Amino acid sequence: MQRYSGFSLVKHALSHHENWQRHWRNPTPKKRYDVIIVGGGGHGLATAWYLAKEFGITNVAVIEKGWLGGGNTARNTTIVRSNYLWDEAAQLYNHSLDLWKGLSQDLNYNVMFSQRGVLNLAHTLQDMRDVQRRVNANRLNGIDSEVVTPDQIKEIEPALDTSKRARYPVMGASWQKSAGVARHDAVAWGYARGADSLGVDLLQNTEVTGFKIRDGKVFGVHTNRGDIEANTVGCVAAGNSGVLANMAGLKLPLESHPLQALVSEPLKPILNTVTMSNHVHGYVSQSDKGDLVIGAGIDGYLGYGQRGSFPTVEHTLQAIVEMFPMFSRVRMNRQWGGIVDTCPDACPILSKTKVKGLYFNCGWGTGGFKATPGSGHVFAASLAKGEMHPIAAPFSIDRFHTGALIDEHGAAGVAH
Amino acid sequence: MFHIFCPYCDERREEEEFHPNGQAHLVRPADPDSVSDEAWGDYLFFRDNPRGIHHEMWVHRLGCRKFFNITRDTTTYEILETYPMGEQPTITAETARVRHEQGVQTADGGWQTVGARPENSTLNEETPS
Repeated sequence: MQRYSGFSLVKHALSHHENWQRHWRNPTPKKRYDVIIVGGGGHGLATAWYLAKEFGITNVAVIEKGWLGGGNTARNTTIVRSNYLWDEAAQLYNHSLDLWKGLSQDLNYNVMFSQRGVLNLAHTLQDMRDVQRRVNANRLNGIDSEVVTPDQIKEIEPALDTSKRARYPVMGASWQKSAGVARHDAVAWGYARGADSLGVDLLQNTEVTGFKIRDGKVFGVHTNRGDIEANTVGCVAAGNSGVLANMAGLKLPLESHPLQALVSEPLKPILNTVTMSNHVHGYVSQSDKGDLVIGAGIDGYLGYGQRGSFPTVEHTLQAIVEMFPMFSRVRMNRQWGGIVDTCPDACPILSKTKVKGLYFNCGWGTGGFKATPGSGHVFAASLAKGEMHPIAAPFSIDRFHTGALIDEHGAAGVAH
Repeated sequence: MFHIFCPYCDERREEEEFHPNGQAHLVRPADPDSVSDEAWGDYLFFRDNPRGIHHEMWVHRLGCRKFFNITRDTTTYEILETYPMGEQPTITAETARVRHEQGVQTADGGWQTVGARPENSTLNEETPS
């Protein structure tokens, strides 16, 4: 792999930047691999990279029906934080946040991780109680959360309406300083480039059409480019996980919904941080390019359409204008939807299944991007050892029958 | 934006008046105390989540406030029928597949069988919605 550096930039400038190496190969599928990852989004590519780098398993295929990072990895609002309430979730997301900090160096790829902080606003007394409870839980788990007052919020984010005149006046917020945003495409591309350089085959435009299962054990997949064999198969297919599970005769407790996001025209720097409000129901940050990156709740019905409805756009923008009245005349540039696989307890599923050798990493719902490195790391560890990593173990699919749910609805950015 | 036909109001209204409430035709175990953890978990948490035809419950919350059912395609978002609580759907994944094969795709991404092929007269009848 050609490494990126200031020196290589100067060197390639001499040949007018025409001789840069391609990011990854476009290989022909082999007949057999040690591990197959189904789904070439952020989590799938991260899994492949950690499998190759940390666990020395390089005979790996990532099978993607479209193009790499073309699903929710390219459609989210790029927020990274770890201020979750319960111990299990806090450990998972904090593990991820630790990996984010060194990710650009690890991958030799600038993922533009910017720790600009996240505010979760409270507008009612109950909001404040929830914020205080969550902040205390966070601090016990070693997460740098704190409760801030409206005056402190005004200092952090002057553009936010913290006046008493607002319809839902801001009473306080939780503030995680180490949270922030990252460049979503770069995360997928960085992991893909890294994995490819270690020998992982990234098979794009290859759709899994079924699983090869014998005696309750998986030994490969059927694809539109022929059968590919492997004794370990990890499915990381987000919104389409349920469809894959059906092919293997399994059922998952997931519902796939459209979740929309939109960006404005580029503006000069105006937002310092990420602001989320559960009560007013929206969140916004500003990308390095200058666009306001805006999101809110899911569309309430099932949908695989990767597009959303206009009423949801309207509610989203009402919330943003309520928080930032000065944005009322900003024009929106683009709007899109991704399919999120929501779980009943708003926590992911990282689990073995009844089919031996078949693993699922899904159910990240509306907040999977922040977990990309951590999810990939613990899932790779689980695939490599055949036993779920201790951080992943509580997220087994069994919890929907034992009742050991991890209810994180309260720590979601907005209610879904 | 959906225009949804409410079978109680007998009228087509905008999506904003309605609210989706998940999969239809779920049956609560008659005696919850006697079912296994497996069966109870399945009832509480496991849903069909199909890519295609889905029967789902909606409520006309800003209208008559009654619940009713919709058969809808989760990929094209086309609403195929609406019917009151207690009734069974007339369109299922199987009949919709036939409809797909014999219909034509419309400009807005939906499927149209009306007038598509005259020989398929049974399929060309207007659906209740």
